[in-house]
Amino acid sequence: MSDPAGGAAGPDAERDPQHTQPVRVVLAKLGLDGHDRGLKVVARMLRDAGLEVIYLGLRQTAESILLAVEQEDADVIGLSIHNGGHLTLAPRMVRAVRAAGLDTPVVVGGIVPELDLERLQTAGVFAVLGPGASATEVAHTVRAAAAGHP
Amino acid sequence: MSTPDNHSPPGAEAHGDENAARAEAEAQWRAAFEAAPVRDGTFETMSGVPVAAVHGDPPYPGQYPYTRGIYPSMYRSRLWTMRLFAGMGTAADTNRRFKKLLEAGGTGLSTAFDMPTLMGRDSDDPWAVGEVGRAGVAVDTVADVEDLFAGIDLGDVSTSMTINGPANILMAMYIVTGERGGTERGRLSGTIQNDILKEYQAQKEYIFPPRPSVRLVTDLIAFTTAEMPRWHPTSISGYHIREAGSTAAQELAFTLANGFAYVEAAMAAGLDIDDFAGRLSFFFNSHIDFFEEIGKYRAARRIWAHWMRDRYGAKQERSLQLRFHTQTAGVSLTAQQPEVNIARVATQALAAVLGGTQSLHTDSYDEALALPTEQAARIALRTQQVIAHETGAANVADPLGGSAYVEWMTDEMERRATEVFDHLDKLGEGSILEGVYEGIANGYFVGEIADSAYRFEREVNAGRRIIVGVNAHTESDDSDTPTLRIDEDVEDLQLARLAEVKQRRDSGAVVVALEKLAADAADPTINLMEPIIECVRVEATEGEIVNALEGVFGTYTEPAVV
Repeated sequence: MSDPAGGAAGPDAERDPQHTQPVRVVLAKLGLDGHDRGLKVVARMLRDAGLEVIYLGLRQTAESILLAVEQEDADVIGLSIHNGGHLTLAPRMVRAVRAAGLDTPVVVGGIVPELDLERLQTAGVFAVLGPGASATEVAHTVRAAAAGHP
Repeated sequence: MSTPDNHSPPGAEAHGDENAARAEAEAQWRAAFEAAPVRDGTFETMSGVPVAAVHGDPPYPGQYPYTRGIYPSMYRSRLWTMRLFAGMGTAADTNRRFKKLLEAGGTGLSTAFDMPTLMGRDSDDPWAVGEVGRAGVAVDTVADVEDLFAGIDLGDVSTSMTINGPANILMAMYIVTGERGGTERGRLSGTIQNDILKEYQAQKEYIFPPRPSVRLVTDLIAFTTAEMPRWHPTSISGYHIREAGSTAAQELAFTLANGFAYVEAAMAAGLDIDDFAGRLSFFFNSHIDFFEEIGKYRAARRIWAHWMRDRYGAKQERSLQLRFHTQTAGVSLTAQQPEVNIARVATQALAAVLGGTQSLHTDSYDEALALPTEQAARIALRTQQVIAHETGAANVADPLGGSAYVEWMTDEMERRATEVFDHLDKLGEGSILEGVYEGIANGYFVGEIADSAYRFEREVNAGRRIIVGVNAHTESDDSDTPTLRIDEDVEDLQLARLAEVKQRRDSGAVVVALEKLAADAADPTINLMEPIIECVRVEATEGEIVNALEGVFGTYTEPAVV
C-alpha cells in the first residue's frame, strides 16, 4: 500500500541520473516510539534490493538524523512511526531538512490513517508506506524518492 | 476413558500399579473438583447431552505438572477475566472508556499509557512533543492517576497497568490514589507488567541499564509480597517478543527464561521463593497458528512447574502453577479488509481459551489503522462472550488434551524451548539471570527475533505464506472503516494540568523527597518503593523521579544493529 505523494526533484537526479552509485538511505525512528520490527525488516529488504542502508535505529531526533544525512551523503530519509505521532514528527523532519538547505526526500513507514495522508503530503513528505507494502514497493518508492520523481 | 467418572480400565490385572496410580489421580482430582465452586451455566451440549468436566488421562487439570491447566475445574468454576486494554488522550478520556467497558460487562481494567509515560518523560519534556496522549493515556503526576480512576472503587476492581521502566513510580501513584480515596494498599488488586528484561529484547521501552532495572523489579516484588497480598508484581511477557517477530517457540523460551531470571534475582535479594512465586504471572501472545499456540501454553505450564520445583526448590503448589494473560496478536491484524480481522481475533481467542488462559484481551479489528473505536472494542469483547457462552468451549478443561497432534506439539514446543534454556544456562555459567544479561549484551535476543521477523516477511513477500487480503483474495469493496481520532488539543490540556499541579504543590518538599530517593538509590540494600511513594505523595512528577534515579543508575542506549 504505497501512496507516493509526489515531491520535489532531489539533488541526486542531477548528480547521478543513471544511478551508477547505489542509493543511500538513512533509516531511523524519530521520537520515543520503540516499535522497530518494521524498520529492521525494511533495512534488510532494502539491502537485499541493493541499496545502501545507514541504520540509525531508535530514539533519534531531527538533528541527529540530519547529521547522519550530511555525514553519509544520503539520498533519502526513511522514518518509521507507529505511535500516532506522524503529524508532528514527520513535518518536523521535513522542516529540519529544508532549514539545513537540503531537499533530501522523507519517506514515512508505519501506521498512518488515510485521513492524514494529505496533510503529510502538504507538509512535504515524499511518500507513506503502510502495513502490507511489499519489498518491491518499498525499494521502488525509495529509489523513486532518490531519483526525484514518484 | 471418557471421564474420570465412569472409568473401567481394560487389563486391570496386567497393569495393577498403573491402575492404582490412575485411581488415586482420579480420586484426588474429584476431591479437588468437588471442593471448587461452580459457576452458573449449563454443562451440556446444545442437544442436551451432559458433559463431564474432564476427559482423558491423568495427570488431570489441577495436577502437577499442570500441562492440562492449573485448576481442577477450570472455566466451570469461573470464566477467564475479560480484560480489555484501553487508554488514550487525557486521564478523563480514558476514565470514560473504562466506565463504558465495565458497563458492557468487562470484568477488569487494563491501562495503556502513552509513549512519554512509558519512557519516564513528562508531557512538557521536549522528547514528548507529538506523542502526548497519542498511543495511550498521559500520566505525569498522581493527580492524573486520580482522574483516571475517578468514580471507580479501587477495592472493587482489578486493574492491570502496562508499564515497565517506570513501573515502581506508577505503582506508587496507584497506591497513593488508593490512600487518598480511602482504599489501603493491602486491598488493591491487580497486576503491573514490571517486566524490564523483555524491553531490552523486544519492546525497547527501557530507561536504565539492565542491572539497576532488575533491582527495581525485585524491589517491587519484595514490596508487594510484604504489603499487597492481592497484587501481581510482574507479568512476565512474551507478547512483545512475539510482536517484535519471534516464533512461538522463541516467545515461550525467552519469556520463561526471563521468569527464571526474576526468580533468581528475587532469591538473591533474600526472598523465599514460596513467598513470592505464587504472585508471578505471565502474558502470552495468541497468534494465528491455532495448534502451535495451544501447544505453547500447555508446554509453558509444564516447563514452569518442573523448573520451579526441581531447579529452584519451590514447595507450595501455587509456586509451581503458571498463570497467564493472553492478548490476540496485534501484528496479525491487517489494514487491508480490516473486517476480516474479526475472524482472526476469534480464532486466536479460542486458542487462548483452549490453552487455559486466566484472562484475555481481544484486539479490535481496526487496530492496524489506529487505536480502536468504541464500536470496534465492543465487538472484540463480544467475541469473548460468544466463546464463553455459546460455543461450549468453557465446559470442559483442556478439551484437546490427549489429541496426538496437540500432545506432540506440546512436546515439540518444550523441546525447542529447552535448547534455548541450555544456551542461556551456558552463557551465564549456571545462572539463567546472568545468561539473560549476557544475551542482551551480545545481541543474541534481538538478533534471533530480527531473523525470525525477516524470514516471515520474505515468506509473505514470496507468496509462500498466505495472508488473506494482503497477498491473496485482495479484491474488496474498500469500505471505509471509521477510525478513532485523538483530539488535537490533548497535549495542551495535559500541559495545563501538569502546570497546575506544579504550581500548587510544595516544591521544597518535592526537592527533599527526590534527594532522599537519589541517596537511597545509591545503596543497593534499600528497597526504593517507600522513597518513591513519598515522592509521589508530594506530587513529584514521573519525569522528576526518573531523573533522580538516572543520576544514580545512568541510562541505556541500544547498539543500532540490523
